[in-house]
Amino acid sequence: MLASLSLILLCQLIGEVIVRGRGLPLPGPVLGLLLLLLMLLARDRFTILAQGPLGDDGVESASKGLLTHLSLLFVPAGVGVVQKLDLLAAHGVAIILVLALSVIVTLLATVLTFRLVSRLLRQQDAR
Amino acid sequence: MKDNPFSLWVYLSQSPLLWLTVTLLVYAITDAVSLRTRRHPLANPVLHAMWIIGAFLLLTRTSYTTYFAGAQFVHFLLGPATVALAVPLYENRSRVVASILPMLVALVAGSVTAVVSVVLFAEVAGLPRDVILSLAPKSVTAGVAMGISESLHADPSLTAVAVILTGIMGAIAVTPLMNRTGITDFRARGFAAGLAAHGIGTARAFQVDEIAGVFSGIAMSLNALVTSFLVPLAISVLMR
Repeated sequence: MLASLSLILLCQLIGEVIVRGRGLPLPGPVLGLLLLLLMLLARDRFTILAQGPLGDDGVESASKGLLTHLSLLFVPAGVGVVQKLDLLAAHGVAIILVLALSVIVTLLATVLTFRLVSRLLRQQDAR
Repeated sequence: MKDNPFSLWVYLSQSPLLWLTVTLLVYAITDAVSLRTRRHPLANPVLHAMWIIGAFLLLTRTSYTTYFAGAQFVHFLLGPATVALAVPLYENRSRVVASILPMLVALVAGSVTAVVSVVLFAEVAGLPRDVILSLAPKSVTAGVAMGISESLHADPSLTAVAVILTGIMGAIAVTPLMNRTGITDFRARGFAAGLAAHGIGTARAFQVDEIAGVFSGIAMSLNALVTSFLVPLAISVLMR
């Protein structure tokens, strides 16, 4: 458990160092995600890596533990919004309406494009 | 201590222990309610924990800084949890690889729609220019969105508010919207949730279906990258 958590933190740390060092436009943890994914894939290729956190379901169970309450992790930032409601005072209703409409349009555009391409590909496969 | 309960409150309200406990306790309750209602979209645990704790802070006149000194331990875990998304992604890699093309096209369509729609709607609503700039990156995760907002000389704290509101509204809207349009493909549903509503959408997707969660996490990560390039471009085209 401890080794698995250390591995996760290490991936994030390396991600942050690279992102900050190079000024890359993506969050450090996303690079850390890629790094951990590469390690898991490398483990399948080279069995010698399958020990410590990478063996015996170590990093897998630690990660699933972290993800079971993903929603909880957004609460502190969310409370920040409640404290900053005065920012919305001037244009509050308009801003909320604009954001609500935009999120619905975005959800629809994304899901419909995904389905359309997926359906087109399957037709090609069938031929 | 017995003759002065106020001094106990003064001590506790300044310690991380109280606010960490409040955060976990309130969330445990809102999450239990959400489970009891079989994850009804309107019983979103983040939304309800947010306003209950917020109201409590206002009533006790506690500053957000004091609250955050305790809550930061929870907030910190966002980074490691993002790294941890590698595991469900790894376990479902064959389905992900098979869907690579629909994902990439949907990524482009979705991120362009996210930025263009918010800028156009905001212009129609007659919002001032600096507000529009602050809203433009609202579909990506807070850290990246605030960075974009800063580079546009907009207001990063308004951006942070817009990001959270977008996440919450997306997480509430996604299930009823998808059910109404009759889309049962959880890859597509999850991908849309992560793209439009970043981490809060991803948390919602994991509550509904694991495959949806995996695709949501991918969409969130990719959109952070695309939006960073897209927002400055869209702004220069759409706003003169």
